[in-house]
Amino acid sequence: MKLRRFLAVVVARNREFYRDRTSLGWNLLFPLLTVLIFAFIFGGGPADQYKVGVLTAGGDLTAAQHPFLGTQHVRFLPVEDEAAGVTKVRRHQLDMLLDLRGAPRYWVSRESPNGYLTERLLAASVGSADAMPAREAVEGRQIRYVDWVLPGVIATNMMFSCLWGVGYVIVRYRKNGVLRRLQATPLTPFEFLSAQVVSRLIVVVVVTLLVYVLSDLVMGLTMYGSHALLALVFLCGATCLISIGLLVSVRTRSEELADGLLNLLSWPMMIFSGAWFSLEGAHPLAQAVAQVFPMTHLVDAARRVMLDGAGLADVAPALGLMVGSTVVLLAIAARLFRWS
Amino acid sequence: MTALLEANDLVKDFPGVRAVDGISFAVPAGSCFGLLGPNGAGKTTTLEMLEGITTPSAGGVRYRGGPLDRGYREAIGIQFQATALQEFQTTRESLALFAQLYAHSADLDELVERCQLGSFLDRDTRKLSGGQRQRLLLAIALVNDPELVFLDEPTTGLDPQSRRNVWQLIDAIRRAGKTIVLTTHYMEEASQLCDEVAIIDAGRVIAQAAPRALIDAHFPGTLIRVPQAALPAGLPLPAGAERRGELIEICTADAEQTMHELLAVGVPLTELRVAAPTLEDVFLKLTGHGLRG
Repeated sequence: MKLRRFLAVVVARNREFYRDRTSLGWNLLFPLLTVLIFAFIFGGGPADQYKVGVLTAGGDLTAAQHPFLGTQHVRFLPVEDEAAGVTKVRRHQLDMLLDLRGAPRYWVSRESPNGYLTERLLAASVGSADAMPAREAVEGRQIRYVDWVLPGVIATNMMFSCLWGVGYVIVRYRKNGVLRRLQATPLTPFEFLSAQVVSRLIVVVVVTLLVYVLSDLVMGLTMYGSHALLALVFLCGATCLISIGLLVSVRTRSEELADGLLNLLSWPMMIFSGAWFSLEGAHPLAQAVAQVFPMTHLVDAARRVMLDGAGLADVAPALGLMVGSTVVLLAIAARLFRWS
Repeated sequence: MTALLEANDLVKDFPGVRAVDGISFAVPAGSCFGLLGPNGAGKTTTLEMLEGITTPSAGGVRYRGGPLDRGYREAIGIQFQATALQEFQTTRESLALFAQLYAHSADLDELVERCQLGSFLDRDTRKLSGGQRQRLLLAIALVNDPELVFLDEPTTGLDPQSRRNVWQLIDAIRRAGKTIVLTTHYMEEASQLCDEVAIIDAGRVIAQAAPRALIDAHFPGTLIRVPQAALPAGLPLPAGAERRGELIEICTADAEQTMHELLAVGVPLTELRVAAPTLEDVFLKLTGHGLRG
């Protein structure tokens, strides 16, 4: 591999990207506008109905189990996993978690006004202080929808940028003869493909950084984890998505076919990855399908770092999966690549 | 002269069709070799095999007596018939990009001057005129100071002035000692530029020689053309005459004598056309159809 040739192609491709104002505008404005729109729509404070998660050994959630469950205007939701329920209380996604499996106890967030009021309702329903379940206080900032959705917005933008910015562009190069012209030079397929990967990574890193910083300035993001780890997650995810784009482009000669194939990949990834809405409670088959897509692991790992403060060990399986997929996809792409 | 490039019994099959069917020739170092033929004759496929871009189904190409290797790419320059450059680059940037892809590059300032790129050096390549674009593509083909240059229809689509401009550039390249292999539709171009031409039809070389030698071999004299309607009915065709559509074409060593004979049988003088035979006449005679097939 000759560094001079590789760098020449990286520079030319990047120049092509930043001088194409429509492409540049779309890549920057789309994620920013999406975040701002979500901030506007969901920025109006919490819903006025109280939500209490209930852990039970079985049976319906009625006053027969506990008098509090008979309280009107409180929505009681069955919760199966204690840890997940506590996390939701910490994020203010539940106002309270009530455990009725043994001696009654409950979790409530110190910082949540709704948690305080729900606790008063619980006290009123049991009548006396002696009958009050044991209190488990948790701490945590409210997780707004915008905090939850931001990793999904960044990942979605990244996905479009990686798939179309590499896959579609290479097919266009093949169709209009740019690849044939390059084939006639000493440039090797490996140098060309590596240059495309690196060039798009530079674009993705810069755009993601801009979106992240601007979103933080405008809305104040929730970030409990390490920025370096988040960057690593996004970098692994982007490389994996680029390798999918490369695989689509290795033999395709028609831009229409490439567009169709990229849409065929991107839409299921966007829907099943949980980028925009949680797949919790979805059909098990849908959840199984979601695990196939690297985007699912990218969104999940980014969310865990940002919202749960997850460390390297926590997201290592997701990172491993993305890196492994990248290696396999790139190897196949390099083997199948044709200039013409 | 030593052969720089040799095509040995080249065959190229595509599904259901044999595009090239056993083509052999040798290109001497420092010469300009032309491949002529109608569309679909197999000349571009032949050129691509010579360039090392398409692998032959059978036969082979030898450069300097040996098989093509990775170093071949460094030694050749190619101007494609239809090609695009990366978008949003200026002429200067496109030239610099290609220069960086080679281990050795020509002096870019000299190249700019030689190909007359100075007036549009900082212009986006998408905004170049046809002639400017061809000159840039020619400069890119020369950016590595190649020993062997392939030009695939270098003047197609250009106006007469731009075409002559490109001819001058190609002539200068040849005079600089480069070996050129070109394809063209224009017989005047081949006659002016090529030391030797091979006429290809249906995937085979049907004639090969210097343009003048080909013309002399097939038309040893002058051509006189007469509309068939101008000949008196029932008159047998003169010796050396052939029908070409509505025209009777007579190749004669003594044009004056033939004209006297035609005038004597009542052919009006105004209907007689006397012309020196051209490469196009050779092609028409050999293949029976026009160059644009």
